[in-house]
Amino acid sequence: MAGNNMTSTEYIQHHLQNMTYGLHPENGWSMAHSAAEAKAMGFWAIHVDTMLWSIGLGVLFLYLFRLVAKRASTGVPTGLQNFVEMMVEFVDSSVRETFHGKSRLIAPLSLTIFCWIFLMNIMDLVPVDFLPMLAQKIGAWFGADPAHVYFKVVPTTDVNATLGMSLSVFALIIFYSIRAKGLSGFVAELTLHPFSTSNIFAQILLIPVNLLLELVTLLAKPISLALRLFGNLYAGELIFILIAMVGLWQLPLHFPWAVFHILIITLQAFIFMMLTIVYLSMATEEQH
Amino acid sequence: MNLNLTLIGQAIAFAVFVWFCMKYVWPPVMQALQERQKKIADGLDAASRATRDLELAQEKAEETLRESKEQAQQILEQANKRANQIVEEARDNARAEGERIIESARSEIDQEINRAKEELRAQVSLLAVAGAERILESSIDEAKHRELVDKLAAEL
Repeated sequence: MAGNNMTSTEYIQHHLQNMTYGLHPENGWSMAHSAAEAKAMGFWAIHVDTMLWSIGLGVLFLYLFRLVAKRASTGVPTGLQNFVEMMVEFVDSSVRETFHGKSRLIAPLSLTIFCWIFLMNIMDLVPVDFLPMLAQKIGAWFGADPAHVYFKVVPTTDVNATLGMSLSVFALIIFYSIRAKGLSGFVAELTLHPFSTSNIFAQILLIPVNLLLELVTLLAKPISLALRLFGNLYAGELIFILIAMVGLWQLPLHFPWAVFHILIITLQAFIFMMLTIVYLSMATEEQH
Repeated sequence: MNLNLTLIGQAIAFAVFVWFCMKYVWPPVMQALQERQKKIADGLDAASRATRDLELAQEKAEETLRESKEQAQQILEQANKRANQIVEEARDNARAEGERIIESARSEIDQEINRAKEELRAQVSLLAVAGAERILESSIDEAKHRELVDKLAAEL
């Protein structure tokens, strides 16, 4: 446990608070020293830990894959190349099965999503106190109060990270829809379904109803995509934190939950990737 | 759950990662994979072709072997026949030669006999005349009696 003088509520809240840097109404651009300060910053704040870990992991992923891509040989693959090729083939076959159009973007997009989310998720398996305590020590070294150094290691437990990705995917959905069907086709898809009649007046009356239904369907895609990943990882992280509080007994509890979590982090990365492919293939194909 | 700038930062990072992956990671790996696929396909192709070639070659070798065996058999038969022929010829020749030799020897013997007979005949007449002369001791008309004795000798 970090800081034995904390109550368990404080401990949990401390673990669930991001390291925030932002524009505070009174202090100006500064590090937030408490959850309340972070809240007061509103939109003009950035989660330093989320950004650092996610970008760091993304760079790690791209570095490893680029390393292999640069010296990819057609001979017998070894070690890392084997692994990278396995991932690429896995993603490629998933994309081929689901997405029937031709696109240079979809497959690398899916690969990035899968690997990046997987790497961010796997940070969940690092015991919950290791990195935050390290950050507290470093923070104390820089003269900050250790109790106010917040550090959240798993970027996908930050809804900003998942929503950032899903909104990018959402933008791609709209882009692909408009490119495949034209602006009018896209609008027609939103307004003329699911209720349609041959009577033109009835059709006009049905437009608002259709628009409402279709907009909900459309908007549900990015939101469900983001919240599914966020919810799973947040809940998993919370349970890790709870397990970390039971003292010596955490070892037998931590292990099965970590093993179970290996499944979850892979599955969630896969689901995010698959749903992205499905949404994009739906956007490019004639639905009705 | 406080939404803030992180959202935009994450979206930008995501976009950059995807762009990088699309530009520098995916194409070379994919190309390597496809090239290897082609290589393997070619290799398998070549292997099956080689197997077929091998089969053909084996068939051909067998055929050649069979043919040469047949040929050898033929040659052997011919040689045997020829040998028999030669032996036969030699035997015939030898027999003819022998007969010829016998024939010539016989004719020589005949000649010898004839000559001996002639000589004998000549001598006989002389002997007969001399004997008669001795016996008779008298003068005999030699010319008259020679004629007689010659006649006698010719009858021998």
